[in-house]
Formats: sequence, C-alpha cells, structure tokens
Amino acid sequence: MMDVRAAGWGVAGDDASAGRAVAGAVLVVAGVELVADLSGALWWPERRMLLVADLHLEKGSACAARGSLLPPFDTADTLERLAWVVAYYGPSVVVALGDSFHDTAGTERLAPEDRAHLASLQRGRDWVWIAGNHDPEPGRDVGGAFARVLRFGPLVLRHEPAGLGTVGEIAGHLHPCARVVQRGRSLTRRCFATDGHRLVMPAFGAYTGGLNVRHAAFDTVFDGTGFTAHLIGDNRLYAFPASRCVG
Amino acid sequence: MSEPAPLETPAPDLPEPFARWFAGRGWAPRPHQLALLAAAQAGRSALLIAPTGAGKTLAGFLPTLVELFETRRRGAKPPAGGGGLFGAAHRRPGGLHTLYISPLKALAVDIARNLERPVAEMGLPVRIETRTGDTPQSRRSRQRRDPPDILLTTPEQLALLLASADAPYLFGSLRRVVLDELHALVTSKRGDLLSLGLSRLFAAAPGLTTVGLSATVADPEELARFLVPQRDGVAQAEIVQAAAGAAPIVEMLDTAEHLPWAGHSAAHALAEIYGLIGRHRTTLVFVNTRSQAEFLFQALWRINEDGHAIALHHGSLDVAQRRKVEAAMGEGRLRAVVCTSSLDLGIDWGDVDLVINVGAPKGASRLTQRIGRANHRLDEPSRAVLVPANRFEVLECRAAIDAVAENAQDTPPLRTGALDVLAQHVLGCACGAPFLADDLFDEVRAAAPYAALTRRDFDSALDFVATGGYALKAYERFAKIRKGADGCWRVTHPRVAQRYRLNVGTIVEEPMIKIRLVKARGAATRGPAGAIGRGGKLLGEVEEYFVEGLVPGDTFLFAGEVLRYEALAEDSAYVSRATAEDPKVPIYAGGKFPLSTYLAARVRDMLASPSTWRRLPDQVHGWLDLQRARSRLPKPGELLVETFPRSDKHYLVCYPFEGRLAHQTLGMLLTRRLERARQRPLGFVANEYALAVWGLGDLSFAVKRGALRLSELFDEDMLGDDLEAWLAESALMKRTFRQCAVIAGLIERRSGGEEKSRRQVTISTDLVYDVLRRHQPDHMLLRAARAEAATGLLDIRRLGLLLSRVRGRIVHEPLSRVSPLAVPVMLEIGRERVAGEASEALLAEAEADLVREAMG
Repeated sequence: MMDVRAAGWGVAGDDASAGRAVAGAVLVVAGVELVADLSGALWWPERRMLLVADLHLEKGSACAARGSLLPPFDTADTLERLAWVVAYYGPSVVVALGDSFHDTAGTERLAPEDRAHLASLQRGRDWVWIAGNHDPEPGRDVGGAFARVLRFGPLVLRHEPAGLGTVGEIAGHLHPCARVVQRGRSLTRRCFATDGHRLVMPAFGAYTGGLNVRHAAFDTVFDGTGFTAHLIGDNRLYAFPASRCVG
Repeated sequence: MSEPAPLETPAPDLPEPFARWFAGRGWAPRPHQLALLAAAQAGRSALLIAPTGAGKTLAGFLPTLVELFETRRRGAKPPAGGGGLFGAAHRRPGGLHTLYISPLKALAVDIARNLERPVAEMGLPVRIETRTGDTPQSRRSRQRRDPPDILLTTPEQLALLLASADAPYLFGSLRRVVLDELHALVTSKRGDLLSLGLSRLFAAAPGLTTVGLSATVADPEELARFLVPQRDGVAQAEIVQAAAGAAPIVEMLDTAEHLPWAGHSAAHALAEIYGLIGRHRTTLVFVNTRSQAEFLFQALWRINEDGHAIALHHGSLDVAQRRKVEAAMGEGRLRAVVCTSSLDLGIDWGDVDLVINVGAPKGASRLTQRIGRANHRLDEPSRAVLVPANRFEVLECRAAIDAVAENAQDTPPLRTGALDVLAQHVLGCACGAPFLADDLFDEVRAAAPYAALTRRDFDSALDFVATGGYALKAYERFAKIRKGADGCWRVTHPRVAQRYRLNVGTIVEEPMIKIRLVKARGAATRGPAGAIGRGGKLLGEVEEYFVEGLVPGDTFLFAGEVLRYEALAEDSAYVSRATAEDPKVPIYAGGKFPLSTYLAARVRDMLASPSTWRRLPDQVHGWLDLQRARSRLPKPGELLVETFPRSDKHYLVCYPFEGRLAHQTLGMLLTRRLERARQRPLGFVANEYALAVWGLGDLSFAVKRGALRLSELFDEDMLGDDLEAWLAESALMKRTFRQCAVIAGLIERRSGGEEKSRRQVTISTDLVYDVLRRHQPDHMLLRAARAEAATGLLDIRRLGLLLSRVRGRIVHEPLSRVSPLAVPVMLEIGRERVAGEASEALLAEAEADLVREAMG
C-alpha cells in the first residue's frame, strides 16, 4: 500500500450541508507531500500551490452548438467549486493542468459573469494555464500565464503523462476513475492515481466523465498494477491497490 | 363492472359474403362482434373487453371490412388486384381507411396473416399491409404515396408517420383506429405517446372512430376514456363486454417436498414440474425473471430423461434464437417453453393445454392473462398450476387463486401523461408542420392521459424543446424550434427533423452488455484484462449493472449454461464455459413488477385471520402458528416491527407487503434515519414482503429507553428531506433521469444512424443530473423524473401510501431471537447480493477487508 494517512485537514464539524466536507489524504510523490482534496484538487502546502486538472469549461455550450442542449450551468458550477477550494487553501499560485477549456473557442463563449468570477479568483495570486489537447493555445481574455510544462523543484507539471520512467510528474488528461466491487455491488468514483513517482489527477470539470484506471491507457503511465487509486468519497478518500480495482 | 352491450340493440345484418363465410364454418357471429359493428355503424367508438380466445381480432376488424365491402359495392370499384400499381394517377378514392396499432411488431405481422385468410376467403377487395421498423424503405415511401386500406403498425411508427409533411394527406381519409392489447399499451410511456398520436389523428380526420381491444381490467370506464377526445368534460367510448369463457381451473401445486423458507428457484418442486410437463401436450412455464428462467431451464434438462423438447424464451436471448423457439412453438414441436413475460402478450400458439406459473403471481389480472395463454378456446377451461417457491409465495398464490375465482382485477390506474413524452411529441409536431402553441395545447389536452395538463407544464415542455428550458437563457442561437412572425413554431433546420426521426419512441433500454463466449483464459482468476480472444459467439445481452457487479472468475447462469466471467471490453463481456455445476453469483434481480397492492392487501388479511389458514398447506399453517406463539401476527391494518439481536448485530424486521421496490426505498431511508439516531446501521435487505435492517445499535433497548420512537422512525416526513438527500445520489434516480432525458431528446440515442455507445450516454446523464439538480431543481426534466420515480423504480407513491396507512398502527415486538416470520428475509442476507443500491459504506467495508488481509 502507498504511504497514506488521514490528513485530518481541519474537519469543520460534521455539517456537510455547509457546502463541502473537509478532509483529504496526504500523498507522497517523489518525496513531496501533497494533499489530495475531496474536491479533486491537489494542494502543495510547501509551495502554497493549488493544482486542478481538466476543467473543461464551456463543454455544455460546445455540445449545445452540436445540437444537444445540455444545461448551461457547467462553467458556473465548476468555477464555484474551484472558488471553494481557493477560498479554503488561499493559494499563492493556481495551476490548471490543461483542457481547462473544452475547445479553443470556449474562451470566447464564456459568459460575462463567469469571466468576472474567474478574474476574481485570479486576483492577488499567480495563475498558470497549462496547454492541453483541447486548448493547445492560450485563450483570449482569461488572465493568467500560459505554459506547456512547468517545473517546480522535484515536480514536473504537464497535461498528458509523458510515460513510464518519468519521476515527479503530476498530470491530468486521463480522467481517472476506479471501480470497486464489494458483495456483488459496484461503486465507481473519480480518483487520484499514483505509484509514488507519478500522479494522475482526476478531472475537475462538471461534465467530465471518467476513464477506468484498469484501461490500457494507464499501462503507459504505471508499471502494471503497481499503483494505488485514491477514490474520492463523500467525506474521505479510500485507497485501493489497482489490483483490487475492476475494469 | 359495466353492463354487457344491450341485447335489444338490433343485430346489424351482415352482408352476404360475411354471412356465408360464417355459415361456411358453422359459426355464428358472436354478440360482441355484432355489438362492435353496431357501434361503428352508429359512428361511435367502442372498447371491447374480452378474454383471450373470444375472437377479438375479427371483432375489431369486422366493422372495417363490412364498410369497405359496402363502399366498394356501391361504386368506386377498386382496380383489380389492389396493390402493385402506384403513382398519383392510380390513387384510389378511398385512401387509408383503418389503422391498427399493437404493442408488438410481431403481433402486427401475425394479425396481418390472420386477417388475410378470411379476406381472401370472402373475396373482399381489401389491401392489408404492415409497417414496422423492419419494413424496407422503398415500401415505406410507397405506402405514403399509395396507402393500403388497412395498415398494421406500432405506436412508434405512428409517431413517425405523423411527424411528416404528408401526414394530412395520409390520414385525411382515415375512418377507424383499432388499438390491440390496449390494457398493456396504456400502462407505459408508450401509451402516453400513443394517446398524443391519437389526438393528432382525431384532429386530422374529424369523422374518426376507434376500437379498443383489451383483456379484463379493473376500471373499464377509465380505459374507455383513452379512446375518445377529452373535450368539455369526460367522454368515453361505448363499452362492449364479451361473455366470459369457461372459468379456469387453477390449483396450487401440493408439493410433497419440504417447502423452502426463502429463495425463488422452486428447485424443490422440480420433479413435480417435470411430471406435469410429461402429462400434458404443451406446457408454458412462466417465471418472473430471466435468471429464474435460466435456472429452471437448466435444471429441467438435467432430469429430462424422456428427452422432452423443452425450450427457453426470454428477452435477453438473441432475437434469432427467440424466433426459432416461437416458430417451433407454432408448429407444435415443443413440449414445454420456460419463459418470462416475453410471452405474456398476444401471439397465438397452437395447443397449450397447461400453464405453470413458478414463483409469485404478483397480480390477479396478470395471472389471469397468463392463464389465458392456455387453451385459446373459450368453451373449455384453461388449466393452470401455481408453484410457489417459498412460504410467503404460498400465501400470495392462495390470495391470487381466490382473486381469479372471484374474477377480481388489479390492473393499475390510467397514467398521467409524462412530460418527457410530451416534449418528444411537441418536436414531432413541429417536424410535421408549423403549429400555434394554443392549438397544440388544446389538442394535447384532448388525450386522456394529458386531460389535466396545465398550461405551465405545456409551456415548459415547449420551452425545453426550443432552447432547453433553462433559467439561464444561453441557447437562443442553438434553438431547435422557433416562433415565427406568424406566431407559428417551426423547426430551425431540416437536421432537427432528421434527428427526431432517429430518436423517436419511449422505450429506453437499460444499458446492455453483450455476452460473448470465448475460450477460458486459464488459471488467472484476477488480473488485467487482455489476452482474451476477441470476437466470440454472441449469446445475448444482460443489463450493464449486473456485469458491473461481477469480478473476473465469478460464475453465473446464462443461455442455459454456467459461464465464467473473464473480462469486459467496450460493450461486451467475455465469458467462457465454466466447469462448475453451481454458479457462484445468484442473480435475482427481482421481477419488473412488484406485488400488486390488491394482492398485498389480501395477503395481509389472510395473515390476520387464522380461520383461513386451514386452506393453506400444513407446513405453512404450522409456520404461522409458530409465529403466533413466538412473536405475534399483525391485526388488520397494523405494521408489525420486530427487533432482536443475532450474533454480534441487532436487527429490525418489518412486514409491509408493498413489494421489493418500495421496500428498498424504505430501507434506504430508514438506514439514513437510524444513522442520525446514532444506531449505527450497517445494511438492509428487502424482498416483496418484508424488510430487514441491521446494525450495531441495540434497537430493542433504544425503543424501551425511549431513545428511539418507531412512530417517528416510520413517520411520513421521511419523504421530505431524507428522500431529497437520497435522490441526490441515488443510482436508481439517475437511471430514471436518464430515461427521461433520452425520451425528451436531451440526449440522443442515435445520431446519423449510429447507435451511441450507451455507456457514454450513462456517464453524461449522471453528470447532467448532478448539475441540473444543483442549478435548476424545478427544471421540466427533473419534474418528469420525479413523477416517474413515484411509480417506477423507487415506487415512492406506494411507500407514501404505506406510511400513511400504518400511522399510529405500528406494533413493536422486541424478541430475544429471530421470529419464524423473519426467517425468510433473514436468509436472504448474504445469499442475495446487497439490496438496494451500492452506498459508500461498501467502500469502507472493502477497505477494511484489505486491511484485515494485510494484517493476516
């Protein structure tokens, strides 16, 4: 099992209706202690850095343009949840690990209120958009800096995992989720996937689905089933070795 | 009960070829056949209620055939040969005369065949054609240009025909609509869709009348409303009641074996069932679920020393396989068929002389219809044997036999039209022709299920179709339909109509996984998928949620074999033949239909009146006596709640008899409340009759000390916040929402002819549900899903009735050990898969298991 212990991050009573439960788990990647938050964000206390992956903002409107009139609340919803974690940790820097917008034109469809909300989150801190395959170029009027890859000490941050052998990599792109079967019932949850050298973050966006960690796509990131999936529950994370997860 | 058609109605004279045809067969037209003819000639719509074998089909078509014959005789002789000629020059003066709609396309095809014969024998110049999903495109186009006299089709095809620009041309001449198996059609959203289509037809063809054909129902007057436009008060069709046939002979199997406490396999009665098959010509063996069908089929073949031709028929089997069985059945080559409700409806198969119903009958009307499958001749009684699989089912069988003897009916009440279906219909209307909202609203309210529709709901459906109906007006530029300067709504792009046509219909299949047979992978029981030979013979399909509960290496029964689950890839589960005889995973996914309210009440009454117990088998009688001695039996109207410890846990068992679905919902809500009362509940299991909840808290003590009040625990207020909180995460609710989203057209099943991967659809609707619930909880789709949940998978309406029924009448019996009545549901713990839904508690449990393993 991975080096996991309950972080007990300032449990704010058991008032779940207050908006979000507060509890995470500490994961160690390349010697760096990171807090996997229940929201799906990752907090690096030492650098006061908050990481989120695959926001896919404006996915709803992208679908609507193709004829599926999905509820247009996804961007507001994603930003609202992001605002919660930002308010909670008060980061100095926020890094969005790519696919922050569902398509390049998404930055133009952003509603004025959502754009203003985003700007307010960026105020007083650094903000970096990392390039993703959905948003390979910098967007218009969305603030922040733009980068393809970022290095901070022992960690490298990028959108798509570079493959086996990379050490200290935090990536997104794969939208990991894991399925556990217990007594004939199956539960699937978004998860953080890590083997201690690399970590793949869950997707943060409201309309982002998941890819099972037992899918072949993860074979290029981890060595067989030698990694752990940290499933995001309602009030805590649950750690399972990948071999215990079902495809 | 309504009166039979008055006999003083002068019997209409049958035209000569008809009279001769009847006489030639030594038959006389039946009174109800003549009554329908009289109603038609007087321009009235009619509902015929008749048992199977009463000549319903001919009765339904007789008015049409007579009318066509007389019209043709008076003049306007059709061109010889009827069909084959097309083009405007040859358009016959008549046009489409009668539309026949059946729930099954196979039934439409079968009826066409049955109708062709008398028409040919009478030499009537009438053209009859079918139109189903299988009809080739060329014939479909020709049918629009040059319609037959009689077209036999399904509700979905009707919707498609109506959603085209030439609908007024096609249906302008329509005189009559015949609706077959109406009792079955009206119970689902297909009935809603049909009612809306019917309303369109009434508008398109003002002289139209209808004929409904139905099995016996609880409330014929209500059903008769479905057949006529509802304007200015309640209108209904004339009811014609056919004479009842010979009363069926129904018995309960008086088993010589030990009656099981629990389970649904009826394995104890296997030899007796086999014996019954051997003593009859052809036997239909009905069971409630596919897995029961699988089990019984396999078990029968294991003891089939006489080599009887016994076949299997259920909805998951490959279509080709099912057609083979049906053909063999038609040719009288089978001795028995083990089947599910897939054979409940209409098609006639020769010589069935015995129906065996294994397991719970669920409802009186349902049982009557199944029994009617035996002996399609009115004058001979049908024979049926009920085989209860456990002790509670004995009570249910007894109640059902009594109900059948009294000819009591318990079909559900007419539906309130669903909003998602309305949305689909609104788009269909726009695809046909531009419309004014006011006109369409009036037309829709003429359909009986929508008679009480409010303008607000109508407008929300319209708004949904146009731009999604969101509080946030973001999609004006992506609108599907738009109101023009003339006030008419029309589609914004031809592509919208194309997509509508690909997605029409209200049958949303559960996400299904194909089962493919491959060679065993060898010793590995768990491990990464891969190294599995792809391809493999297709055995059929099962629900995705079943496969999701499997771990590689699990064995289960399917297509008559014990299979080993190997791997899942895309939309297929790969399985191999297992060597084990007994499957590890018992699938009992409960039947679709819960125990009817009516039968439930009868069973409760039976429990409350010991004087009736002598009519029960001794084993059951003794069981109830023991219960009375060790605990108690609830008096009429009471809900018995027992609490007792067992090993290191504490149990609460109650007996509402409201069906598995309502019990599951109750179980979810009770565990929430017990959690809040700090009683540390761990789980629950529900069956059709009872619910058992267990946990760490000593419930008997908590009640005694006043820390827990049962009246509060079972208070109706659980349908408030607790229900809300649960609905937010309930997988069943999400399934319900998905169905509504697909029907309403938010999510497309098919785009450009390709069926979308259903797994994809499932994921996206769950996310949409979460987002919509947070941001616009009163959105039309959520309201539609709630309405559906009230009667569907969550059966909330029935739970509500239960809670109000038992208010102030809960009797508590603290016990030192499990009671006799509790044994059946207690036995299902562990044996059954966990009841209800997977909750996060299972993750904690799985994690704890891991830790235990690691600690040795």
